[in-house]
Amino acid sequence: VDTGSHEYISGLVKDKKVVVFMKGTAEQPRCGFSNAVMQILNFHGVKNFGHHNVLDDEKLRQGIKDYTSWPTIPQVFIGGEFVGGCDVMLEMHKNGDLIEELKKVGIRS
Amino acid sequence: MPITSQQLEEKLKAELQASHLKIVDTSDGCGSKFQAVIVSPQFEGKPLLQRHRLVNTVLEAELKEIHAFSMKTLTPEQWQKEQS
Repeated sequence: VDTGSHEYISGLVKDKKVVVFMKGTAEQPRCGFSNAVMQILNFHGVKNFGHHNVLDDEKLRQGIKDYTSWPTIPQVFIGGEFVGGCDVMLEMHKNGDLIEELKKVGIRS
Repeated sequence: MPITSQQLEEKLKAELQASHLKIVDTSDGCGSKFQAVIVSPQFEGKPLLQRHRLVNTVLEAELKEIHAFSMKTLTPEQWQKEQS
């Protein structure tokens, strides 16, 4: 399987309501930005989310950047749609937009 | 050559007509970690993701070298509100 292909990634992002491409694992993030995203999801009680460690897979790491035209990790998808990186998530957390986005996919914050 | 905050500021000022910029190098000068506040009229009417995309595009070459880049993107109006 080519884990960097558009087809493969398009399957991953639709696999769960919330999907995160990050450095490290959900239990052990390896970067402050990925950790911040985990804290935000945790705060909103999002439990059953997909998470993929790009440090384990160089093809996936490059593939996800090409897929979204977004240069950095972490990257968050809600309902199969690209939402943004850590700064966007933080801002949406602060201004309440994240609650609305989660509501759209049936997750109550 | 390490990237400097001044270099980033000059580029953002030229490309986005930023009216206020504050870029802090949080890497102790090794040029790999920055925190930015960017105020530009070009952000008006654009959702957050589009604003960040705009900055990412302007700094495309630099972002390849930078390890960590964190940004806040505001319109002049939002900036004024935040100051008062």
